[in-house]
Formats: sequence, C-alpha cells, structure tokens
Amino acid sequence: MHIAGLSRLSILDKEAETLRGQLNSILDYVEQLGKLDTANIEPTSHVLPLNNVMREDLVKDSLPIEEALRNAPDGTEKFYRVPKIIE
Amino acid sequence: MALKETNPMKYEAVIGLEVHAQMATDTKIFCGCSTKFGSEPNSQTCPVCIGMPGVLPVLNKKAVECAIKTGLAVQSKISAYSRFARKNYFYPDLPKGYQVSQYELPICEGGHIEIVIDGEVKRIGLTRIHMEEDAGKNIHEGGGPYSFVDLNRTGVPLMEIVSEPDIRTPAEAAAYMKKLRAILRYLEVCDGNMEQGSLRCDANVSVRPIGQKELGVKVELKNINSFRYVEKALEYEIKRQINVIESGGKIVQETRLFDSSTGVTQSMRSKEEAHDYRYFPEPDLVPIVPSEAWIEKIRQALTELPDAKRERFVTKYSLPEYDAELLTTDKTVADWYETAVLAGGQPKAVSNWMMGELTKMLNDENKSIENCPIKPEHLAGMLKLIDNGTISGKIAKTVFEEMYKTGKNADAVVKEKGLVQISDEGAIEKAVDEVLSKSAQEIERFKAGDEKLMGFFVGQVMKATKGKANPQMLNELLRKKLS
Repeated sequence: MHIAGLSRLSILDKEAETLRGQLNSILDYVEQLGKLDTANIEPTSHVLPLNNVMREDLVKDSLPIEEALRNAPDGTEKFYRVPKIIE
Repeated sequence: MALKETNPMKYEAVIGLEVHAQMATDTKIFCGCSTKFGSEPNSQTCPVCIGMPGVLPVLNKKAVECAIKTGLAVQSKISAYSRFARKNYFYPDLPKGYQVSQYELPICEGGHIEIVIDGEVKRIGLTRIHMEEDAGKNIHEGGGPYSFVDLNRTGVPLMEIVSEPDIRTPAEAAAYMKKLRAILRYLEVCDGNMEQGSLRCDANVSVRPIGQKELGVKVELKNINSFRYVEKALEYEIKRQINVIESGGKIVQETRLFDSSTGVTQSMRSKEEAHDYRYFPEPDLVPIVPSEAWIEKIRQALTELPDAKRERFVTKYSLPEYDAELLTTDKTVADWYETAVLAGGQPKAVSNWMMGELTKMLNDENKSIENCPIKPEHLAGMLKLIDNGTISGKIAKTVFEEMYKTGKNADAVVKEKGLVQISDEGAIEKAVDEVLSKSAQEIERFKAGDEKLMGFFVGQVMKATKGKANPQMLNELLRKKLS
C-alpha cells in the first residue's frame, strides 16, 4: 500500500493481495541477475559508453500556449487547473 | 507574535543553509526554452520540460560552466565524474513526477566562504554544489476550489549551494547569504534577484545546550527570500525551539514555513511518505566528465572576487575598510568607483560622494547604479572643479544635484547656472561690508565675546552671494574686519 501511495494508485485491499504476489514474482525474476559474477566488472549507471553530451545555450521556439495546454485534463486559457493545493 | 525569551544564554543554534541560485543562462537546463522572467504564463514550455513521453533532455553547457565557475571561486573540488539523478515525488508543479537533480555525485564538493562578524573573519564550510531543474509555479489566489499552474519556470537551471552546519547565529546566516550573493553576482552566474526568485534559501536549524557535542533535532525552514527574513525566521525559530525544550517538550523533525507578515514559522504538516524520494541515476542523461582543459579555461576567466577587491581598494586607494567593504559588495558599484578614480577623482573624495549624496539620491528614486544619470567621469570632473577653486564644496552639492537631474557634466552645469565661485577679493569685501553695515548689534556682541556669531556673519554673506563666495577668503576677510 506504501508503494501504491507513492505511485498515486488507488487499489482495493483484495487487489493488493494479488498485486503483492505478482510484484514479488517480478522481483524474483529480476533477482536472477544477482547470480551473475560481476567481480571483475566496473559498476555503471549507463549502458552507453558516452560522457559530456551537451548543447549550446541557444533559445529555441517554445510551444504555443494552447498547444502546450491541449493534453491537460483541466485548464483555463492560460493555466493548467488543478484541485486546490492546501498549504 | 513575540516569544518570551527563556534562558537563551544556555543554548547555541546550529544552522546550515541551502541556497538555490538560478544560473544565468538564456535557456533551460535540458531544453531550448527561454528562461526570461515575467513572460506570459505557460508561454515558455516544450515537450521536454513539460514531460511528454518519449522526449530526451540535453544538458545546457553554459549551466555546467556556471556551476564549475562557482565551485572554483569558493575553492570546491570539481568532480571528475558527476551525474544526474531523479528525485521522485508528486506535485502539480512537477509535470514529470520527478525532479532531475544530482544526488550522490554532485558537480562540486567542499569549499568555503569567508564572512566578517564583529570584525572577525569566520570561515563557513560548503558541503557541495549541485545542479538541478526548477519546478513550476502554483497560484492559489482567487481560484475558488482550484489552484493554477504556470510551467514557465519548470526546467530553469538552478544550482543548490549547501553549507556545512557551521553557522551559529541569525546574523552570521545573513552575512553568509550576502557574501554568497555578492560572489555569484561578481561571477555573473546568477543575477541574485531575490524578489524574482533567482536566489532562495532554506535553512536547517537546531539548538543544543552550550558545551554539548551532539546535535539537536533539526527543523527545515523553507523558501526564505530576503536577507531580513533569513534573520527574522531564524531568530523566531531558535527562540521557539528553546522554549519547547525549556518547557519539557521535544523538537519534532519537520519542515516549517516562515510567514513574513506575522514573523512566525509554521509547520507544513506533510505526509511522512513525501520524503521517500527514491533517488536513482537519471538514465536519459549521460555523466559529466569535465576535462582539465575545460576547467582551466573556466578558471582563467574568473574575475576578481569581493574580498580580493576590498583588500586592493584598501591598499591601492588608501580607503578605510568600511568604505572598501561598501564599495565592493556590488561589482557594478565597484566598477563605477574605479572608473571615477581612473578619470582623476581623488579616491577618498569619490568614495565620500558615492556613499553620501549619490546613494541617497539613488535610494530616493529606488534606482540602482546601473541607471545612475551621473557618469563616473562627471563626478571626477566635478571634484577637479572643487580642487582648482572654481566651485566651493557647498556649491558642489547644487552642481551634483543638477548633474543628476540633467545628466550633464560639471563644467556645463557650472557655466549654465552661473555657479562659479567668487574668488575676487574686492567683490567679497563689498558683500562683507554690506552685511556688517547692517549688523551693528551683532558686531557689538561678537566683540564682547560671543564667538558663535561668526557663523551668522558667514551665513549672511553667503546668502548675499548665493553661496558662491570662496569660503576661505570670506573667513579671512571677516576675521580681519572684526578684529
């Protein structure tokens, strides 16, 4: 339920049981990687042998406002609209 | 609300600051959208910064340069290998559901900033400087049951400068902020505009009995956006924590918001879960491995920093520490000063006019020195006219005001307004005689020992000559006639 909360998913208690089993079997499956001998392999966070991919600081056109807002579930002419955030 | 102070002497505060500085780039950190402030809401976004599926971010080279430059200026170690990480949480101003930040391999580590407190230099250590993207802006006012989101800020490049918990008082915290802002502005890596949110500060603060080694439970104060508020928020929070402990309570680790209208900090009751950020390396961005040559090139371009400039002003121009400090806090002010001195202005005189009249006039109109109508060369020119006796120091004030109003140089103002000092002895004598002939009573009292009346005579003659009489000659003449 903690993971569901973090992921903003609403699930029922009985669904949670099924999902727990499924999630665990996925984790077990991935766990097989732990059997590999990685003693002589450098740890990495990327699969590509690439560093320093950068661009120059040059302005490009942005999206027109109505285009940017088009996929929003709710909005006004200029803004995305969301349920009030209480602070 | 003022809190009662209970035994503040028994406790000391331990403060660390996290400063978010918007880096001075034209475009966002991972896309080509403009970072211009004040544009129409949601007019500066693209599929990359609003998190459309399938897009790829590309790092802005200028942003990395800003971060490295800052690191070099504060003696940080520039990391040979650095990468980005995803910080996962949900909030409406964060369209991707994660913020791209740096976690275990930031661009800079270590370093320090020196501040002066009560005439003593204190060194505040830095933990790290890392790069990250800003979130959008939520607008809560006037929307009834809704909030509105503007994503123009989303993806604006920030560097977060994290200090060690070396700060002990609110005054030290404010001094640190000011020094950091001065450095960032000197380096031209951040405009330091606190009203526009280019520089924001979070503070971690705890208190402990003096002499105790272990740290107390810390509280995080969020989004403090002025030097004054840094001090106020910390002062309040320190008193609050001492009161809680003194009355037998326990400090809860939490995030609190400072309300500048009431001067009070308030708990932001956030769910525990919200802190589970599940950082992991950002797979869409490759690591940064800055070459020695690149770092060296950035190092070569470093400008003289505030401390070095202050020391140079003291030795080169024989300025008092106080003057040098005020003149070097802002680079534009320092440059204005040096231009005036190089144009022939006497160093201390230039400083006096800048810190006095000029500051007052600019403040009155809420102007900064960039928009000052007087050119530094014009001030130097005016000082020359005082030196060679063309105008008196008193008239100079009028000339200065006129220069400010019109933007003309001193020669032009003096000529147009007929402000040349009267140094013709005959003319001054005539004015003196005229005043004395009408002041029989005062002369008698003066001769009877009322020396203060000298000021009265000088004033009367100055009035008659519209302030243009050479003061030295006037004084001599009066003394001679009255003895």
